[in-house]
Amino acid sequence: MTTMTATTTQVYQVFIKATPEQIWDAITKPEFTSRYFYASLVDSSFEAGTPYRSWSPDREKLWVDGEVLDSDPPRRLCYTWRALYDEETADEEPSRVTWEIEPQDGSVSKLTVVHDQLERSPKTAENVAGGWTYILSGLKTLLETGEPLSS
Amino acid sequence: MNDDPVFKALADPTRRLLLDRLYERDGRSLTELESDLAMTRFGVMKHLRVLEDAGLVVTRRSGREKLHYLNPVPIRLIHDRWIDKYNERRISALADLKNELEDTA
Repeated sequence: MTTMTATTTQVYQVFIKATPEQIWDAITKPEFTSRYFYASLVDSSFEAGTPYRSWSPDREKLWVDGEVLDSDPPRRLCYTWRALYDEETADEEPSRVTWEIEPQDGSVSKLTVVHDQLERSPKTAENVAGGWTYILSGLKTLLETGEPLSS
Repeated sequence: MNDDPVFKALADPTRRLLLDRLYERDGRSLTELESDLAMTRFGVMKHLRVLEDAGLVVTRRSGREKLHYLNPVPIRLIHDRWIDKYNERRISALADLKNELEDTA
């Protein structure tokens, strides 16, 4: 995905055979994120105004730093995003990530990730473009099979 | 998950062209998308509808405009389900062939 022109709003969507509550847990609990989100450990109380952080597997390095903007479990979570795992993206302005979970017919949920406010963060935009696809594919596999994607 | 709508949506040159346009620049309106296609607005709308039903295009409202975004996740899922699997098998088949030829040499 390196040739993709990074845009200021990116939208990713996937249907998952899981309840909104299961998806919410997978987004907000480190024991889940460690299995599909580049082995990272999410760390937040998920209340508006509190930090949103994501740590390396050994908890030594802060990979993502942000602030929870809006939280409505299990339907919507919005936070700012500064990617510290890469020197080039760490210097850029924070962007914004929004997860939307909508229940559908037949015990399926629609999960949408919008990564926007990337106007002043072109390197971050380019960096995350392939990542979200990988993450959502991994999240779907984990919730539907109980196993992470084989790498 | 049913892959048929994705394969069907991809099995058309105009729809693949629309995806490529969104890949070049995402978040376009219908008016923008139809401007470089020799096709009626209705025709473009029909193709976008098929792409949307397959989940390859997601629309979001921005003020009065409806913007179209390329959603690459279904293609990734097909890749993980179909491409990876057969690539792996082909590679191991070649490895087996090599072992066999070298053993009998």
